[in-house]
Formats: sequence, structure tokens, C-alpha cells
Amino acid sequence: MISWISRILVPLIISYIVGFGVLSKRPVFDDFLAGAKDGMKTAAELLPVLAGLLTAVGVLRASGLLEAVCSLLSAPAEWLHLPEPLIPLALVRLISNSAATGLALDIFKSYGPDSYLGMAASVMMSSTETVFYCVSIYFGSIHVTKTRYVLPGALIATAAGIGASVFLSKPL
Amino acid sequence: MLNYLWSFMILAGIMWGAANNTLDAVTQSIVDSAGDAVKLCLTMAGIMSFWCGILEIGNRAGLIEWLAEKMGPMLSFLFPDLEKDHPARLPIAVNMVANMLGLGMAATPAGLEAMKLLGGEPGQNRASDAMCTFLIINISSLQLVPVSMIAYRTQYGSGNPAAILGPALIATGCSTLTAVIFCKLVRLWKVVAEK
Repeated sequence: MISWISRILVPLIISYIVGFGVLSKRPVFDDFLAGAKDGMKTAAELLPVLAGLLTAVGVLRASGLLEAVCSLLSAPAEWLHLPEPLIPLALVRLISNSAATGLALDIFKSYGPDSYLGMAASVMMSSTETVFYCVSIYFGSIHVTKTRYVLPGALIATAAGIGASVFLSKPL
Repeated sequence: MLNYLWSFMILAGIMWGAANNTLDAVTQSIVDSAGDAVKLCLTMAGIMSFWCGILEIGNRAGLIEWLAEKMGPMLSFLFPDLEKDHPARLPIAVNMVANMLGLGMAATPAGLEAMKLLGGEPGQNRASDAMCTFLIINISSLQLVPVSMIAYRTQYGSGNPAAILGPALIATGCSTLTAVIFCKLVRLWKVVAEK
């Protein structure tokens, strides 16, 4: 069932959107090109960000510090039933999307994207958001300082996403 | 935030490397990782470009507004204190739909607009229930197709990069459902406490 969703979702969304465009009598290929140009620009702008962050994660990994931090966190990881290497990812995910991407790519490199850890990292990145960043831009923009139950709520929802990611990625 | 995090990663890594005699490996990894970043971006560029193009078709054909209109009943369920003609309803719906489609660039301005319209009196610095609900659901992640993760997986040699779509959809559903239940419980608790 899950792999069935995986197989049809992308073709379904693409044909739905293109069909919607054709039915609305839009010049679909012109619209496509306009968007594709933006996408190319986004990818180009990503290059310096990734060069900076992959290097930083590479330094952490090569120096042995990442490993040391992971083994330091092994006790809480075991208690939470989280695999050790996912702990730094889960923590950094709350603060910075691009730094978390760097860590996820490091997991791909060390364990492979199709391994249990690689799957869990991919699903975790896809089902959570940068909690602290979002709260600060949204509430910062309207000068709200009393955030009430937003942080507990957002963190509980994120924990549910992380839990589901780890559970769903377990090899059957 | 990233300024601190990044400088910490670089400096702490190098110091740790100096203390543990791994500086050669550190230098090598800097060269390798920077090269990896270029290869990664080249792979990303194609799929990012294609996906943004597809989304732009939907965007220009009015898909977002059309879907946002369909979301009326769901908004009434999530935000019982917003009247039917409240101006914040449209940007909230646009933000949610754009997030689902992975149009982060369209989602954020609509989200900020929604926050402003939910704002109420100036000088009020306390978040309203509607603001809290909106932000918690927003942060619970709504994205249906994690395009960039699929592209990254391809670059690292995944046999089936799109295999994460199903699990990601379910995990996103879990986190969003948790968010909705949490917000509903807080409101329920407030009603009970007031009695």
C-alpha cells in the first residue's frame, strides 16, 4: 500500500496540474518555462549554501567529533528508541533546514540512502519543519512575544513526525 | 542562527581534529565535500527546474485559489472563531495549499499576510488561538511531495529514490493530525476551565 502510493503520487500530481492548466486554456509550456527558470536559479543559489554546509559537516565527521557527539547521545537515543546517528539530525532540524540537509546527506554518504538510517533520515526531513525558525519569522513579523502554546504544540507535532519516520522506515 | 551553528561546526571540528590528530583527514574532507556540493547541485538543477515548472503551470492556472476555495469547511473546523467572511481565511488557505504542493516561496508571503490579518489591535503582543492553531499546523509540515529529498537520494545512488513518498506522506499525516488534536484539546481545556 505504502509503495503503491509512492509509485503513483508523482505521476498523478504532474498529470493533474498539467491537465488543470490545459483545461484552463493556459499556454502551459510557456508557464512551465517561466517556473523552470526560477527552479534553475534556486538550484544555482543552493550551490554556495551546500558548499559551505557540506564542508562543515565533512569537518565534523572527519575530525571524529560527530562520532563522539553521537556516542555521547547514545543513552538518550536508546531511551527514545532512536538510532544514534539520527539524534544530531533531529536536533539541528529544529533550528536550520540547510544544516539539517547537510547532516542528512552525510547519513546518505555513510550508510546509503536506501539503508534503514537513510530512509529514516529522508522521511524525517520530509515530514518535519524548522520549528524555531518558523516561530521566529511568523511571530517576529507581527511582534508577538507571548507565544502561548505554540512551541509545545509544534514540538509535539514534530516529535510525532520523527517517531513515525523512524517507525515507518524499519525494515519489515 | 546559521551563523553560530556554522562557525561552531567548523571551529569545533578543527579543534577536535587538532586534539585527536585527525587534521589531515579534516583538510581532505574539506576538498572532497566542496566537490560533492558541485556534483549535487548539478543533479538537483534538472529536477528542481522541472518541478518548479510544473508547479508554475498550476500557479498560473489558478490552482492554488481553486483549492483554497475548496478548503472552506476544513477552515471552519480548524478555526471556529474566524467568521465566514474573515479576511485572513484566504491567505491561510493559500498558505496551506502552497505548503502541500511544496511551493515554499508562495507559502511564506501568504502566511505572513494571514498572521497580520489575524493580528487584531496594534500593541497586542499575545498570540490568539487562531494564530497558535495556524502556526502549529504550518510547522507540522504539510508537504505532499518532498522533491529535494528525492533528488538528493538520486545523487547518492538510491535504487528507488521515490520510495520515501508513501512513508513521508503518512509521517506528515501523523504530525499534522497530532497538531490538530493538540490545538483542539487546548481549546477544549480552555472551555472546561472557564466553566
